[in-house]
Amino acid sequence: MPYFGSEEMVKELKRALSNPNVQADRLRYKNYITKVIRYMTQGLDVSALFMDMVKASATVDIVQKKLVYLYMCTYASDKPDLALLAINTLRKDCADPNPMVRGLALRNMCNFRMPGMTEYIEQPIVAGLRDKASYVRRVAVLGCAKMHSLQPNTEIDGTIVNELYALLRDPDPVVVVNCLCALEEILKDEGGVVINKPIAHHLLNRMKDLDSWAQSEVLTFLLRYHPRGDDELFDILSLLDAFLQSAHAHVAVATLRLFLHLASAHPAVQADALLRTSAPLLATCGAASRELRFAGLCHVQQVMRSQPGLFGMHYKRFFCGYSEPSYIKFRKMEILVELVNDENVALVLEELRSYCTDVSPELAQAAIAAIGRIARTYSEKCLDILTGLLALKQDHITSAVIQTFRDLVWFCPQSTAAVCQTVEACVDSPQDSEGKQALLWLLGEHGDQISSAPYVMEGYIDGLKTELSSAVKMELLTASVKMFLCRPAETQDMLGRLLHYCIAEEESDVCVRDRALLYYRLLQRGVEETRKVVTGPKSDPSMSVLTGRQEEPIRQWASTFNTLSPLAGRDLCPQTAVVSAADQPSSSAEKELLPESTDVTLSSPDDTEEEISLSLGPPLSHETFEKMWLDLEVLHRQTLGFPRPRTAPDTLQAALQLVKIQTLAFTPGDTVPWKAYIYTRSTGTLILAELLQAPGSDESLVVSVKQQPVNQHAIRVFVSILKSVLQTPNADSS
Amino acid sequence: MISQIFILSSKGDHLIYKDFRGEESKDSINVFYEMVTALSGDQPPVVMSHKDLHFIHIRQGGLYWVASTKTNPSPFTIIEFLNRLAALTKDYCGSLSEKSVRMNFALIYELLDEMVDFGYIQTTSTDILKNFIQTEAVSSKPFSLFDLSNVGLFGAETQQSKVAPSVAASRPIMSGRGEQGGKNEIFVDVIERLSVVIGSKGVLMKADIQGEIRIKCFLPTCSEMRIGLNEELNIGKSQLKGYSSAVRVDECRFHQAVKLDEFDTFRILKVCPSQGEQTVMQYQLCDELPCAPPFQLFPSVEKDYVNRVLIFLKLRCDLPPKSTALNVSITVPVPKGSTSMSQELSSPDQTAELQPKNKALLWEIPRFPGGAQLSALFKVDVPGLSSASLLEVGPVSMSFELPKQTCTGLQIRFLRLSPTQTGLSQRWVRYVTHSDSYTIRI
Repeated sequence: MPYFGSEEMVKELKRALSNPNVQADRLRYKNYITKVIRYMTQGLDVSALFMDMVKASATVDIVQKKLVYLYMCTYASDKPDLALLAINTLRKDCADPNPMVRGLALRNMCNFRMPGMTEYIEQPIVAGLRDKASYVRRVAVLGCAKMHSLQPNTEIDGTIVNELYALLRDPDPVVVVNCLCALEEILKDEGGVVINKPIAHHLLNRMKDLDSWAQSEVLTFLLRYHPRGDDELFDILSLLDAFLQSAHAHVAVATLRLFLHLASAHPAVQADALLRTSAPLLATCGAASRELRFAGLCHVQQVMRSQPGLFGMHYKRFFCGYSEPSYIKFRKMEILVELVNDENVALVLEELRSYCTDVSPELAQAAIAAIGRIARTYSEKCLDILTGLLALKQDHITSAVIQTFRDLVWFCPQSTAAVCQTVEACVDSPQDSEGKQALLWLLGEHGDQISSAPYVMEGYIDGLKTELSSAVKMELLTASVKMFLCRPAETQDMLGRLLHYCIAEEESDVCVRDRALLYYRLLQRGVEETRKVVTGPKSDPSMSVLTGRQEEPIRQWASTFNTLSPLAGRDLCPQTAVVSAADQPSSSAEKELLPESTDVTLSSPDDTEEEISLSLGPPLSHETFEKMWLDLEVLHRQTLGFPRPRTAPDTLQAALQLVKIQTLAFTPGDTVPWKAYIYTRSTGTLILAELLQAPGSDESLVVSVKQQPVNQHAIRVFVSILKSVLQTPNADSS
Repeated sequence: MISQIFILSSKGDHLIYKDFRGEESKDSINVFYEMVTALSGDQPPVVMSHKDLHFIHIRQGGLYWVASTKTNPSPFTIIEFLNRLAALTKDYCGSLSEKSVRMNFALIYELLDEMVDFGYIQTTSTDILKNFIQTEAVSSKPFSLFDLSNVGLFGAETQQSKVAPSVAASRPIMSGRGEQGGKNEIFVDVIERLSVVIGSKGVLMKADIQGEIRIKCFLPTCSEMRIGLNEELNIGKSQLKGYSSAVRVDECRFHQAVKLDEFDTFRILKVCPSQGEQTVMQYQLCDELPCAPPFQLFPSVEKDYVNRVLIFLKLRCDLPPKSTALNVSITVPVPKGSTSMSQELSSPDQTAELQPKNKALLWEIPRFPGGAQLSALFKVDVPGLSSASLLEVGPVSMSFELPKQTCTGLQIRFLRLSPTQTGLSQRWVRYVTHSDSYTIRI
């Protein structure tokens, strides 16, 4: 920010500083120096005053000295030759009887960032390392690091490194921590400071003397240490135990990180540490400082990736305060969605409902999307709320609700009928292109269940000239073709007009024209051909609801815990954000799953002995499943006689889904032992089952079945269906 | 490690800039300011990155306090450090504002110089810093009629003057050497933040109290101080509730300097406060309020004629009759498109206005005595009103402060400096409850 008339100002200051009358009056002199620093901070170039400022450094007034040093450090790199003039004064100060003056001079001399400084500072630094005042030693230790950063490519001075290692035993705690930091920088190319057993134990024993900043610094360095054996490990953990509950959030979190790292082979210890740190973490989520709150929330989210139940009972702590900034509210909503269970669902939904009418449209839309996510498990209650919101007739709310409906139908096919009914009753249509696309998708995909669909669609086709967004036009084309396939009589005419407009008339967007041409040629090949290409599965074949809630192992996030990454959001997937178009069945890759699985449905009913059949019914939550599994006895255990299917998890899940068996969770990939938990309903009973492939042995799958209430016949049916499904992909792959 | 620290005013003026490592040029300030002002409402601003430089910032006193770094440090450490820097600035300069930072920039540079070296945090303790800080604070004392009101008739000391004025604690901790102005005072504040959600039928749905005991000490040296809390203070959820007099908190945490050897039996905290402000104890109580929530609202929302909504609010203050709530403001969301409003309020010191930008009406009551009940009628004109629009009215949010009041009932029984300090020292205990978030659904 160069100021107008800045040159004049500098000249005037120069005149004043060199005026002997001013120099004689200490107060006036100091005032001018203060003025120089003020201009410097504002961004004015006052480097022309360097000579005068060097003169001003020869003073007994420490405040003035500090100001002048600040000035010199800023401009030393611009005026290296002039800065050399100041070095004499500084070196003299380094021998001052007052340790404060010594430290000050040494620190500032090391801060001169200009080439050739090393030869002047080396000797005072080495002297400073042996100074009797700890203040000077602190400065000298970091001075070593500064000296190294001035000439990063020179050879490392072994004597200084040894001296620094020796100073790790210094009685002053700050000197110790500074030594660690300095060594880390100097030895960066060799992998940093070495934390061996004596050093680690020494640091651990000093922990209590350190202040909180030093504690968290040391805890970070200790991440590098690998204890030999469990005895040492547990000794270390018990030494650090008290720090898990430190009043300083940064110490508690740093300790937790170290615990997670050290105890990576002991999941029980990790879980216990997480449990004990949950209180300080929750406290940061309610801290007075918003930024701290945000950091706390981001880390709670990380912990929840592995331990979703840990904060379950504290869900009310994540209700939004009305005065909180929206970035905090967004995080809280994301957490609330994850914490929903059978007991709190009503209260959470009521809370989220109250955010839907927020002044900020983004926040309102995020709240609606959050309700949509909960609807995948608790559809009925959520649909009531969402339908109620449509009555508000607010553009942004209507649009968000329609988008939520689209995602809901995609992920949770049971709700289709209710959604279609609501969409039919909804009179006003969304105005923004996102909402329009969602509505068109719903109309095209489920046109057979929405009686007014062709008329709504016709409205869009008639208004095509005024439509600006090409994404909407593309969606309109796809939806019209789908609609034509299920209701040809009503759609034929308007589809013709639409294609004509897009291909022949004034359509400027090439993508839209190409899409229209594609459909046109496709339709020329015949309706059946078109049907094969255009229609896909009506719901998400991979059922990402279930996989999304699987608990991740702690090691997946432990390495980024207590770093900036969770806050910057680079490692977190935005889960409540409206599911993007990528999840929709527009890509043809997903469709290939379908034919393979339909065969399964056809073959399985043959095995059923009577008219007993399986049904999905309302989904079970993880907690409920776990509780029932623990309560019930195994009724039936059978070795199936073949290994587990070697297909992708998604395919297997989709296959089971088609024979009405829900997958709750399974171990990923090739982990041994491989396990899966599944459940289904049949004529009034609930069947829970565990598939287990034990390592070694004959690699055969073992199924254990539990049921409530007992119905042996249903179990037989279930097992036979399960066998046939699991064998089908096996046969395919071999 | 920290690369640079800078303080910017809300308009982007550079107030303080210190480069610790010489890794980045001064341009990063402008880069930061452009980034922070270009953020949309839903993007989290706390951590921002430009190439390989990360900015971590907090906002306090209307200023940006920014640290930049090239490494990937603990966000908790940096944020807490910046908070501490702001707190120290407040301690040393008396108050936290653009003006006080501008006036005391030399002092803040001096502080930063001692607190951070080469990007590593050295110390933030006032006890250590006070040996090194030589610059004297320049405090801006606004002339206030309030100071005059403490002087009684003919200059006689009145009862009123025995009460510490609320501005007494906002002055620099280091009074000028040799100057007689600095009083030997110590303030112990019990501050609670209340966050409450009340359901549509007046049911308490959520209640959290976050409390802290904060000491602000102006004594240059202070020997051990004993703070006695309620003897019948229970800690933890599991303990059975005795007779109703017991005060309960879920959990509490202490500053590491607090000695707790007498806490378990006598509920006494022992601490040697250092100069400046520090939080000695933090506590919280969840899911339950020991007293009735301070405010109950009885709303009625009706459609009047075609384009008008009648909102009738009856607000009752359930505090004990002797206490008073101050600066009560009530925000009621109104239907979108509201154009104008007429109101009937029960006393002239209340105000109400429609804020079309926020789709809300704001009703403000400067003083609200305990046990009183106030009502107000608002007629809001909404062109194109439908019955569904009434659903947009609510939830109501309130903000207020309750002086001399703690919701948990935590009290300080006594405050003793031992052994008795030479020279007169004044001790003040103050209680205040703030509304962190107080929401009432309609």
